[in-house]
Amino acid sequence: MPRPDSGPRPDSGLLHRFSPGERWVHRSTALLVGVLTLTGAALYVPSLALLVGRRTTVEAAHVVAGLLLPLPTLIGLATSAWLRADVQALNRMTHTDWVWLRRRDRRAAGLPVGKFNGGQKLAASVIAGAGVVLFGTGLLLLAPARVSIPDSVRQGATITHDLFTFGLLFLLAGHLWLAYRHPEARAALRTGLVDREYAEREHPAWAGQVR
Amino acid sequence: MSGAVEGTPIGRRVVLGLAGLGGAMVAAGPWISRWLGDVAGELSKHDATGLTALIPGAGWRYYTVTSGFPYEPPAKYRLTVTGNVDHELTLTTSDLRDLPRAKVTRDFQCVTGWRVPNVHWEGVRLSTLLDRAGVQPGQQAVRFTSYDGTYTESLTLAQARRADVLVVDTLDGRPIGRAHGGPVRMLVAPMYGYKSCKWLSSIEVTERLVPGYWEGFGYDQNAWVGRSNGRDDAPT
Repeated sequence: MPRPDSGPRPDSGLLHRFSPGERWVHRSTALLVGVLTLTGAALYVPSLALLVGRRTTVEAAHVVAGLLLPLPTLIGLATSAWLRADVQALNRMTHTDWVWLRRRDRRAAGLPVGKFNGGQKLAASVIAGAGVVLFGTGLLLLAPARVSIPDSVRQGATITHDLFTFGLLFLLAGHLWLAYRHPEARAALRTGLVDREYAEREHPAWAGQVR
Repeated sequence: MSGAVEGTPIGRRVVLGLAGLGGAMVAAGPWISRWLGDVAGELSKHDATGLTALIPGAGWRYYTVTSGFPYEPPAKYRLTVTGNVDHELTLTTSDLRDLPRAKVTRDFQCVTGWRVPNVHWEGVRLSTLLDRAGVQPGQQAVRFTSYDGTYTESLTLAQARRADVLVVDTLDGRPIGRAHGGPVRMLVAPMYGYKSCKWLSSIEVTERLVPGYWEGFGYDQNAWVGRSNGRDDAPT
């Protein structure tokens, strides 16, 4: 794995987990998702719509954030070898990952987990898939009334956009809950460095390789 | 990195599978919407929290084009009938209650897709107000203004004189609340919701038709439900 020049000394208590590019991708995507969630709620939840009003402005903000959403990831994939390597790792479920998902004592079982565990891999895939669906249906909904896409398609895009949003909100709630429970993981996304002991406990196979 | 080719590419399959599911759901959208609407309709009968309103495809959605929702206390409310008329009118809510009353029960259909079945409206026919004011010869249209200061709508005079075009103050047996456009709003029953101007402040008889707020964004002037805006909903 490539390593930035300013790495920590090999014997320090920290391991390089994320590159600056990856942290930028995460942060910009999180910001856009935040805008999308707030503006989406203001458009969708009746009592919030009542409170906020300014429907055309809120809608414009939602559309702009939605259109920008894929950009950080695409830029990251084009420029960051770290991100490409991590996407590859997230894509592949190993035997260890399935065992990790099945066992109740998964965090205590000393499984040879790599850079990402099975839960992280599945969650990343589902979030990516839901993102593709939300982006696609969002594009369909952008078509103004005078453009003659079939009415049933417009209705289908609306209901699909709504339902996938609900599903994704559950996942994001879980994502935030786990981030809250794992301050070391939060620090890794903030600084790029992860506590060595934590990594050896949660991702021993990866920690053993990085060194 | 030795682990790079280890394992099966589940991630790619999940992404492609979800994209396929999304496509199928778009295709099956009308059926899913109808089913969810039915479920939500049933649930909302036993729902004290109002949470069923969050189910996609269920119930009213409140739109406003300005910041916040305007409000005019019923006691202070005035409706003016102006423009090219013989005598301008200024009506209070009690004036409206004293005029000949009319009722309409119809589905309310929004151009964005949601529909609320069997809504009971009560008020005064627009034609009654136009007759009292006396429309001058050669006039073609009626323009509505909302006291939100931004929204406008318009109808041809022929459309405005239909028996199912009302100035309403009662919704499902209760005074119309703030979110629904109260105390007084329009109901243009055979057309999409954007024609039924909320927070109605004035009715103006004009020689020529002036397109309304959403018409400026490409929506149809003649907004018949099921026969406009590229939609095929059941007429209301």
